[in-house]
Parts: sequence; C-alpha cells; structure tokens
Amino acid sequence: MTVFAFYLFAALMIASAAFTIFARNPVHSVLWLILAFFNAAGLMIIVGAEFLAMLLVVVYVGAVAVLFLFVVMMLNIDFAEMRAGFMKNAPLGVAVAVILLAELVLGMGAYRAGALDLGTPDGSAAPLVGESNIESLGALLYGQYLFLFEVAGIILLVAMIGAIVLTHRENTNPRGHQDIGKQNRRRPEDATRNVKPEIGQGVEL
Amino acid sequence: MIGIEHYIVVSSIIFVLGVLGIFLNRKNIIIILMAIELILLSVNLNLVAFSAYLGDLTGQIFAMFVLTVAAAEAAIGLAILVTYFRNRGTIAVDDVNRMKG
Repeated sequence: MTVFAFYLFAALMIASAAFTIFARNPVHSVLWLILAFFNAAGLMIIVGAEFLAMLLVVVYVGAVAVLFLFVVMMLNIDFAEMRAGFMKNAPLGVAVAVILLAELVLGMGAYRAGALDLGTPDGSAAPLVGESNIESLGALLYGQYLFLFEVAGIILLVAMIGAIVLTHRENTNPRGHQDIGKQNRRRPEDATRNVKPEIGQGVEL
Repeated sequence: MIGIEHYIVVSSIIFVLGVLGIFLNRKNIIIILMAIELILLSVNLNLVAFSAYLGDLTGQIFAMFVLTVAAAEAAIGLAILVTYFRNRGTIAVDDVNRMKG
C-alpha cells in the first residue's frame, strides 16, 4: 500500500511539474504547481514528516500559489508573445537538463558504491521517543533553534514590508485627497469674516 | 519502506524540470518564478527524506527555513514584477538591461 501510494504521488508530482513548465497559459501553470505541492505533501506524509507536509499545503497552496494567481490575473499580459522564444531555447535547455540529470544520477551512483561517508547523526536532534512528529519538531524549534526561528520571522517581516514599499503608490490625484490633519487644524476665525456693508454696496468676496 | 534512492530520484527529476523551466520560458518571469519554486520544493523533499531516514530532525527544521525564504522570495519577486509591469506595460524580461531610473 505504501509502495503504491509512493509511486502514485511521485508519478503525479513529476507529471504536474512537467505541465507547470510546459503549459501555455500561466493560470494553468499555477494550478499544476498547486497539484505538485499537494503530491509533495503526500510524499512527505509517507516518510513520516506530517508537520512539514501540512506546512507545505498551508504556506504554498494557501499563500504562495494564491499570490501567483492574483498576479497572473491582475496583470493584463499577452501570453502568446511570451511563448516566442520557447522553441529557440529548447535545444540548449534540454541539453543542460539531460547533463544535469546524468550528473545527479552519477552522484547517487557514487553514493551507492560506498565512495562517500555521510556520517551518522549525533542524536542531539533525534525524534522524541513516543511523541509525534510535530512535538519533536516544536521541542527543537523552541529550544536548540530558537534564534534561527526568530531570524526566520524577521525575514518574513522584511519581505512583507519590502513588498508593501515596492507596490505602494502615493495618490497624486488632486481630487479626492483628504488631509485629516489639515481639516482638524482649521478654526472658524480663520475661515470666516464678519462684515457690515453699507446700504447699496455689495460684499467683496 | 520505500528506499531513499527513490526519493532522491524523484527530487532530482523535479529539480531538473525546474532548471528546464527556467531555460524554456526565458521571457515569462512568472513561469521562471514558478520554476524556482519547483527547484526549492525538490530540495525540501530531499532534506525531508534524508531527515527521516537518518533519524535526525535537523533536516526538517532546515526544510522549514527553506520554505520561509522561498515564501519571502516569491512575495518580493512578485512585487518587483508588479512594479516593472506598471512602468513598462509588459513583463518581457529579456530587455531588463535597459532599465533606467
């Protein structure tokens, strides 16, 4: 059963990754990307990393993929023009990809042949006995890796502020611009004037 | 239990597909960003697989940090893309070197 689930998730993930980069419409690309993330989460669950799998679904599918969808749909882009260099770049891309895959497989072969020694874990980050994956991870994250965890939070804060600063636009339209401080500073004696005109004479505005 | 080689092969293929995506869609920066996400996903899968097979949770912690940086990178990248589109009216990135002020 586990073997079947593994091959199902792996095959679906590879297929959806391929469709992500080959799809003509970027909206379809985003949807295939979401499917790839779901299948990656399934693969992680098989190996026993439930927390990371759920994190992948929440963070990627819930936030990043939706962000991509927003941007793709918000910008009015001529997608046909975008495909122009596709076939021209194909030979070089495929060559690089094949060479890279061959190198990766060769590296794994070297590992299998016993040429490399990965070492053994020292046990300081071993899963807690009898506890779930998330409790072991939490104990590590709020203990040994507390400062790194806070740095990760700062990175997210910087990214948030950076994105806001980059996309924020000052309103340059003279109409519809309200300055609340200016309104509050205004007093009746500055704005009005008491006049008593002679009879037959108008008021000079 | 599934051998770790299977996980390495799957994540290698995803990694290579991500690199191929960058090469094929040189003009469309949205797909380039998605290909980068695929590459980071394959790295995460590798980290998690090794973490599980070695019985050491450091790999999963590191995968979480990779996830954090990937999310931040996607947000900043898309923000830059939106600003670029406002200035140019297109997202063709092969003439970014003419960028001025």
